[in-house]
Amino acid sequence: MTDLANAESTEVPVPPTTRKDWSSNQEVRWCPGCGDYSILAAVQMLMPDLGVRRESTVFLSGIGCAARFPYYMNTYGMHSIHGRAPAIATGLATTRPDLDVWVVTGDGDSLSIGGNHLIHALRRNVDITILLFNNQIYGLTKGQYSPTSEVAKVTKSTPFGSLEQPFNPLSLALGAEASFVARTHDMDRKHMMETFRRAHAHRGASFVEIYQNCNVFNDGAFEGITGKDHRVDMLIPLVHGEPIRFGAEGEHGVVLHRDGSVEVVEVADLGELALLVHDEHRENPGLAFQLSRLSRGPHEPTPIGVFRDVERPEYGAQMAQQIEEATDRRGKGDLDALLRSGSSWTVE
Amino acid sequence: MSDTTTDPKPHQQLHRVVIRFAGDSGDGMQLTGDRFTTTSALWGNDLATFPDFPAEIRAPAGTLAGVSAFQVHISDHDISTPGDSPNVLVAMNPAALKANLAILPKGAAIIVNVDAFEERNLAKADYETNPLEDGSLSAYTVYEVPMTSITTEVCKDAGVKPRDAERSKNFFALGLISWLYTRPIEVTIGWIGEKYAGKPLVMEANLRAFKAGYHFGETAELFESSYGVKPAVLEPGEYVNITGNTATAWGLIAASVRSGLPLFLGTYPITPASDILHELSKHKQFGVRTFQAEDEISGIGAALGAAFGGALGVTTTSGPGLDLKSEMMGLAISLELPLVIIDVQRGGPSTGLPTKTEQADLLHAMYGRHGEAPLPIVAARTPSHCFEVTVEAVRLAVKYRTPVIVLSDGYLANGTEPWRLPDMDGLPTIEPDFAAGPNHTDADGQAVFWPYVRDEQTLARPWAPPGVPGLEHRIGGLEKADGSGNVSYDGVNHEKMTRLRAAKIAGIAHDIPPTDVDGEDGAEVLVIGWGSTYGAIAAGVERIRARGYKVDQAHLVHLNPFPADLGKVLGRYRRVLVPEVNTGQLSRLLRAEYLVDAISFTQVEGVPFRAEAMEAAILRQIEGVAAGSPGDPGVDGMATSHGKASD
Repeated sequence: MTDLANAESTEVPVPPTTRKDWSSNQEVRWCPGCGDYSILAAVQMLMPDLGVRRESTVFLSGIGCAARFPYYMNTYGMHSIHGRAPAIATGLATTRPDLDVWVVTGDGDSLSIGGNHLIHALRRNVDITILLFNNQIYGLTKGQYSPTSEVAKVTKSTPFGSLEQPFNPLSLALGAEASFVARTHDMDRKHMMETFRRAHAHRGASFVEIYQNCNVFNDGAFEGITGKDHRVDMLIPLVHGEPIRFGAEGEHGVVLHRDGSVEVVEVADLGELALLVHDEHRENPGLAFQLSRLSRGPHEPTPIGVFRDVERPEYGAQMAQQIEEATDRRGKGDLDALLRSGSSWTVE
Repeated sequence: MSDTTTDPKPHQQLHRVVIRFAGDSGDGMQLTGDRFTTTSALWGNDLATFPDFPAEIRAPAGTLAGVSAFQVHISDHDISTPGDSPNVLVAMNPAALKANLAILPKGAAIIVNVDAFEERNLAKADYETNPLEDGSLSAYTVYEVPMTSITTEVCKDAGVKPRDAERSKNFFALGLISWLYTRPIEVTIGWIGEKYAGKPLVMEANLRAFKAGYHFGETAELFESSYGVKPAVLEPGEYVNITGNTATAWGLIAASVRSGLPLFLGTYPITPASDILHELSKHKQFGVRTFQAEDEISGIGAALGAAFGGALGVTTTSGPGLDLKSEMMGLAISLELPLVIIDVQRGGPSTGLPTKTEQADLLHAMYGRHGEAPLPIVAARTPSHCFEVTVEAVRLAVKYRTPVIVLSDGYLANGTEPWRLPDMDGLPTIEPDFAAGPNHTDADGQAVFWPYVRDEQTLARPWAPPGVPGLEHRIGGLEKADGSGNVSYDGVNHEKMTRLRAAKIAGIAHDIPPTDVDGEDGAEVLVIGWGSTYGAIAAGVERIRARGYKVDQAHLVHLNPFPADLGKVLGRYRRVLVPEVNTGQLSRLLRAEYLVDAISFTQVEGVPFRAEAMEAAILRQIEGVAAGSPGDPGVDGMATSHGKASD
């Protein structure tokens, strides 16, 4: 068998690289000022730190503005069709466990047309890292509401306001049994890099929602929480093992009520000991789900960081294990034996 | 059967016999037919089978909707169809009798389970009077056998409940037919022992029922004689009895071994293709990965992802799934990656007839994608031929870096025939020939890798799975610049790429065998078909020749591109008849491609053509030529002739 998956020599150390090594020679064609630029920069700057090889890295995407991402990475890559990248990634990641497979997608791509593939890739825990650029709008088709747009959104296709309840991407991922769920935003490179690093390190499917500004069709959608002047009081950094608190002096915090709900409170009112201590590794996703819904939109204090990071068997590895067990039990496949596995007879 | 005390009954030899087992969906008729077939195959007969069952798993018991049948044709010579008309019908209940009576020729034998012919079952089958008593079966030889009561009687002290014992009555029927046609019983007895080893009570009941059926034939004063069908004279070699779906699965494994490419099947369960998934999922020791996806799109998407990674990516489906996979096939055409799409056709449109056969997806396979999106199409003609055709599809996919559609159908998928095992060394070479290094020098004089530099001969682009330093590249569904593969919106480049993609597929015509014509000098009529009509056409042609007429037969395996010589071949005949189980699809392609006045002969009844109808249709063309008439008087349009209406 051609064994591409095991062809890589582990003897040769990974050569040091710089951001430039990871940038392709293609001109980046997003609109000037698009949040995608800062996400691309964060990924390209992170890569040299990860100690991975360019030839073993693959970026896959579907359709949409975000989906142009693979063209700008000097790695292997595929710009596929609308919504299907998680499906394509499933075939690639399960047959090539040696590769780092990244999926770059948007809110239309993976929460609308590709919703089915997203939830099933998460459920199966395929070893891929999904970066979902959420700008709450269809950009490439020039400004229709998306499945994450707020109710009553006025867009080209909804001149009287949209009627639909939006998806909460993190709640959806948690409901789909995701083993790694995080959120970051395009205004904080350091936070993005740290979040992507964690997502990459996780074995199985990692899901990262990135609040991303579309300065042409939905400008300022997240300004109220990610803007430099608002961040400190509107973003709630989640740190494993630490009480959840935010504000310039850590004066705000999050508490867990007896009924299982969570709420933002003033630390001065209830005391530090009353605060909820964040636990990424909690088996039960219930609390992560509550935290994902703490904010009803990008106008209320919103948690960012890693919501959930638990260990669960990875799909491709399980597939490989079944092959290994079958081979151990029956020996390597023998074509002549296969053809004679039923009742055969000989004509003289 | 050592306890037989009566004198042996007389014995007659037959050259061939067609038996149809029919009963309720829960009666185990498919199993019964399958066991009879296996025994006959091991006995050495040539055979062909036709399982015919409803889409409902268990329609209400005893109703016409729930009738499931299995037809098997055994012979002492080479045969190509499961037979037009059964010589014997085994009917386990009134509904099974009613549903199958129309295809029984007068004089045929009917063996009924008389116990089931009571008021309630008769009513369920819409019989107002009992057909066993009202004289309506006088044209047939009817054997009334109390199968249920004898089965429960012999199982009385076997420890099984009477209701469970009754379920063994299909083995009684199998035993009876095994006696009637002198089948060796050891095979079935051994099989029952193995199959039900974990359920000793069931095993015992089935064994007792089977033996009781065999004894009944021998001792009851009902059957005057037993019959024998001698082994057929087949080409020397080792044989197995195989279904089309199994042959397809094995073909994929063989191609995987042959090419060294690990096999990845991405698929979604759908009738009648699911058995390919079932079969492949059993053989993980070959490194086979089977992925039961969340939907049809994910199935082909994952297969394409695996192909991008350097695996043999395959997806299997039937009509409704082919619709859903169209967009991904377009991407695979644009990416120019190897991919195999197996379409086991069934009656359409929409959900159509899930368990009935049809070959109506040809035009979909040809044209069912937006934009200019050609891909190779191959079709299997018999169950065992699925093996060879699947290997050929993989060869084309890998060599030309293209998705390839394999057309099978429900009749091939579930039907069986003896298959002489091929010599594995005789299979074609499949060389992945992965890109190993740079293939272009850029403006700065640097050696670089361009993903769309083409092989001069095949026009195929390099296949460069991830993992090789220096070959990093990006591909996608956007139009690519010739050579570099960078995104290009240039109209002139698009024209060039469109024509290159088409030329690559068209060029395959020179890499496939010429048209396979079974001919004799002087024939003026050619019957040309594709897919599972092969057997019926061959049988029809044989009958015509037996009448002393000349007729040629051609059967296409490659449907896109056609063999390079096909136009010339068609031009040699005064009449070209195209039988198809659709409303005229190949005939349209032949007319469009070669300006030939192809005469369409079609039916879409969910069943294969009958040799008799085929014979009549061919005969009409031969008589037409003899009369010097320019066209076919019976055909008022190219796709209106109907298998039944024509004779």
